Amino acid sequence: MTKILKVSKLGKIYTSGAKSLTVLDDISFELEAGETLAIVGPSGSGKTTLLGLCAGLDHPDVGSVELCGWDLNSLSEDQRARLRNMEVGFIFQDFQLLPTLTALENVSVPLELQGVKGASVTAAELLAKVGLADRVQHYPSQLSGGEKQRVAMARAFSNQPSILFADEPTGNLDEETGEKVVKLLFDLNKEAGTTLVIVTHDLELAHKNQHILRLKGGKILEEAGTAIW
Amino acid sequence: MVEEDLRKSKTSRQWLFTMAWRDGKASGSRLGLFMGSIILGITAVVAIQSFSQNLQNNIALRSKVLMGADYLIDSRQLPNERVMQIIDSLGGAEGMEVNFASMASFPKADASKLVRVQGIEGNYPIYGRFETDPPEAALEYQKNRGALVDATAMIQYGLTRGDSIKVGLSTFEILGALKSTPGGTSTSSTLAPPVIIPYHAIEETGLLQTGSRQEYRYYFRAAEDMDLEILDKKVDPQLDAEEADLDTHTDISRRLGRGWGNFGKFLNLVAFVALLLGSVGIASSVHIYIKEKLRSVAVLKCIGATSRQTFLIYLIQIAGMGLLGGIIGTIGGLLLQELFPVLIRDFLPFEIEISLVPQAVFLGLLLGVTLSVLFAMLPLLNTWFVSSLQVLRVTDEDPARVRKTGVFVLLAILVFIFGFSLWLLDNWKYALAFVIGILVTFLVLTGIATLIMKGLKKYFPVSWGFIARQSLLNLFRPQNQTMVLVLAIGVGTFLISTLYFTKDMLLASTSFKQNTNSPNIILLDVQTEEKEAVVGHIVPRGLNVIDNIPIVTMRISSINDVPANTLRLDSVTQMNKWVLNHEFRVTFRDSLIESETLAEGDFIGSYSGDGPIPISVAANVARDALIEVGDRIVFNVQGVLMETEVSSLRDVNWGRMQLNFSVLFPTGVLETAPQFHVITTYAPDEATSAALQQDLVKAFPTVSILDIRQLLGVVEDIIDKISWVINFMAFFSILTGIVVLIGAVRTSKYQRMRESVLLRTIGARANQILKITALEYLYLGLLGSGVGILLSLLSSQLLALFAFETSFTPSLEPFVLLPGITLLVLLIGLSNSRSILSSPPLEVLRKEVR
Repeated sequence: MTKILKVSKLGKIYTSGAKSLTVLDDISFELEAGETLAIVGPSGSGKTTLLGLCAGLDHPDVGSVELCGWDLNSLSEDQRARLRNMEVGFIFQDFQLLPTLTALENVSVPLELQGVKGASVTAAELLAKVGLADRVQHYPSQLSGGEKQRVAMARAFSNQPSILFADEPTGNLDEETGEKVVKLLFDLNKEAGTTLVIVTHDLELAHKNQHILRLKGGKILEEAGTAIW
Repeated sequence: MVEEDLRKSKTSRQWLFTMAWRDGKASGSRLGLFMGSIILGITAVVAIQSFSQNLQNNIALRSKVLMGADYLIDSRQLPNERVMQIIDSLGGAEGMEVNFASMASFPKADASKLVRVQGIEGNYPIYGRFETDPPEAALEYQKNRGALVDATAMIQYGLTRGDSIKVGLSTFEILGALKSTPGGTSTSSTLAPPVIIPYHAIEETGLLQTGSRQEYRYYFRAAEDMDLEILDKKVDPQLDAEEADLDTHTDISRRLGRGWGNFGKFLNLVAFVALLLGSVGIASSVHIYIKEKLRSVAVLKCIGATSRQTFLIYLIQIAGMGLLGGIIGTIGGLLLQELFPVLIRDFLPFEIEISLVPQAVFLGLLLGVTLSVLFAMLPLLNTWFVSSLQVLRVTDEDPARVRKTGVFVLLAILVFIFGFSLWLLDNWKYALAFVIGILVTFLVLTGIATLIMKGLKKYFPVSWGFIARQSLLNLFRPQNQTMVLVLAIGVGTFLISTLYFTKDMLLASTSFKQNTNSPNIILLDVQTEEKEAVVGHIVPRGLNVIDNIPIVTMRISSINDVPANTLRLDSVTQMNKWVLNHEFRVTFRDSLIESETLAEGDFIGSYSGDGPIPISVAANVARDALIEVGDRIVFNVQGVLMETEVSSLRDVNWGRMQLNFSVLFPTGVLETAPQFHVITTYAPDEATSAALQQDLVKAFPTVSILDIRQLLGVVEDIIDKISWVINFMAFFSILTGIVVLIGAVRTSKYQRMRESVLLRTIGARANQILKITALEYLYLGLLGSGVGILLSLLSSQLLALFAFETSFTPSLEPFVLLPGITLLVLLIGLSNSRSILSSPPLEVLRKEVR
């Protein structure tokens, strides 16, 4: 199988004046294509920082990340952006839709960035797939939380990514809506065969994944039966 | 995916435009305010630029008609033999004229008036014509020894064709009303209305005598192939030596163009102030606008857009709005310029035809785009540097990178302001002073805003009530708008009040105060033998003779033993050569008067008879003549050479309405020289003044009377018109200031929206939110406008000292600005909270925070 994500001895330190804070320390793991992984841990354990580093949104201070065969340390900011555009999808806790764009335009943007022709047709199909065929021309402010997250999912899958990063995808949703969103996420993921990395507090959601990585104080915490690395 | 895919963007340029449009249309109202900021400034600049160009074009097209000939030779005295030879060598003049100011009386109206008498012979005007009523009068007056009299004066005195006019010793029949003459303006006609009589009748008027300030003009038609510039270069130096001068029709157009040019420059600067104010508006509204967009930028970067792409999306948006603002402003300017001919009609010698000036249109569009991009660049740079990590609730800003790039942007802005003001003012010192003024204002305002924020943070009044604390907190907590609003309000107030103060200074330097010690009737050309008799007509009326000044005319014969003719031919000297051709009107007295102060050397009041005669020269004339204390000047006093030495230089306040002299002799030298006199008096009212003038004109027809009261009326009328134009342009700055203010405060609305809604949600009452908002804007309004006015007081004082060389007493208008602007800020700020207070919180958030 193809390695989609390879994290080696990753470390991140934040400095503020003379003080320094180690947020991640000696993190290593690998993911094959189509695998799913949940990163769990208490607040401040470094989950989001790890996600940011894996997606190439930030630079590690120590170690390396290999994403879809590319060593992120060797890529420039713009190259990492293009890599994300071609290979990565994102879902965020607070949806992060562009407020001045309609649902359809939000979903089209990643395709348009790739220079794909007929992006809006594909986007409309995806929105229909997530049950929002009648909301394509609505702005985010006119949508409910669940609807926004479904638009975000359509956007995340629009570029047919190799890997999808989801940061607390149900964090801002009620239980019922959250469950629907999760089901949709896993269905879409299964259909597309995408590798999935989810950061979550929700252990039930975590257990739906093939692997669980538990973090505490920036380090991988070994726990019998749950931790795989 | 291959390496090529990572290296090259597949996004087309069109996508960037699409994204800019998509985002822009949803943010229309916010960007509209930004656009509004520059429209008025561009309108003002385009209007003035386009009108100036139209005026120059009109002048160039009509220069022959304005002169009435291709070229002319003029002289302050009857041309000598050499000048006549030159005139003959040029094929002879087609027409000639002698003109001078004199009193004329109208027996029918029993009134008299100072007029400009033009005695004409031959074919003048060669181009254009005298417009008369009836038209045939222009042809009849030569044959029938009649007069053409200014049409306005005829209406004023109720005169009609067939009435008579007395000029000097002669009486003429008025054959027609003179509606226009080549080159004549409404203003010049008001000062001394023209009266045209045949040249051959001048002699018998008896007005050409000692001290008369006449001018002889010979008008020529040029051959088709004649190069007037070559002619000018060849003949003018020869004429200079004979105290005559050659002017071509292009000289006239250049002079007229220069006259407008100076006034146009000031108006341009006023328009530029409006434009700069607008630019401050751009900077402040884009600053807040982009701040709100940074999250979207981070999202775009997260899903694969590059820094360059996100930067370009917003750059295109801003440039597009700038272009639209430029188009609207340019159309406004082109429409506005149609008003200018009406505003300055009285100063123009012709009806101006307005046409489309492509340069002005180009300038308007260029300014729209350039200013928008330049002033938006600083906040725009944030889109380049914002980290995609922001989407993960992690802030990873690097302010040092933004600051470093920001320095270049600021430098570019300063270079632009300097370049544009240099282009407008054509003087690098003034342009530099302008830039420094703006820079200091920005620095002081930034410094004060920072100081206030830090001070409040350090000494926060924790014991104060909730509302007072909240309103103060708003001034320094994250996302505060203190810096932006203090800068916008401060710079706006500074520019507008400086404009007001400058206008005050300009107008104050031209206003005259009247009292019984300052004369309001001046009698010119009083011959020595008439002096006592004239005084005899004044004193019995209970009026005082204030001045009885003897005047002797003379010319410079040599300076420091170098003959004037040699100096005229010296092409290297920096000397202003008018002094060599000028007929100086000189007086003698033993003391200085109120309008004079000793600048250098010793003033010697009486001559002992030993050595050269010690004279005093006005400092400005000495500068032109390159004369210093101790230099020797030989004057030709009507044939007698007098050797003098400059013993002192005087600063003369030429702005004062009194008789001032360039050259002052001591007593004991000129008493016996041929001279004439200027006698002045003060008439307390118009009736006394009119009666005295009637009496004097009848008894002394060759004496000219200058009625200062009437003259002041004309001057005040001119100043009123000029100040109207200045006010009109200043209005643009003020209006722009208000638009910018509305823009800045309204844009900050979105900043405050979430906090106010949050407060509302957790139970804050409407009046609590209102009070918090009101207090915050009150602080900001007072701070910005207060500092702006203080800075403008300082800059105006400096301008008064160094540029206008006058004392500065601020007028009250700008001080009304302080409460006015604060109130405006308060009202706009409060209007922001209206929707928050009247609707449910969630509805507000959905509607406003899109």
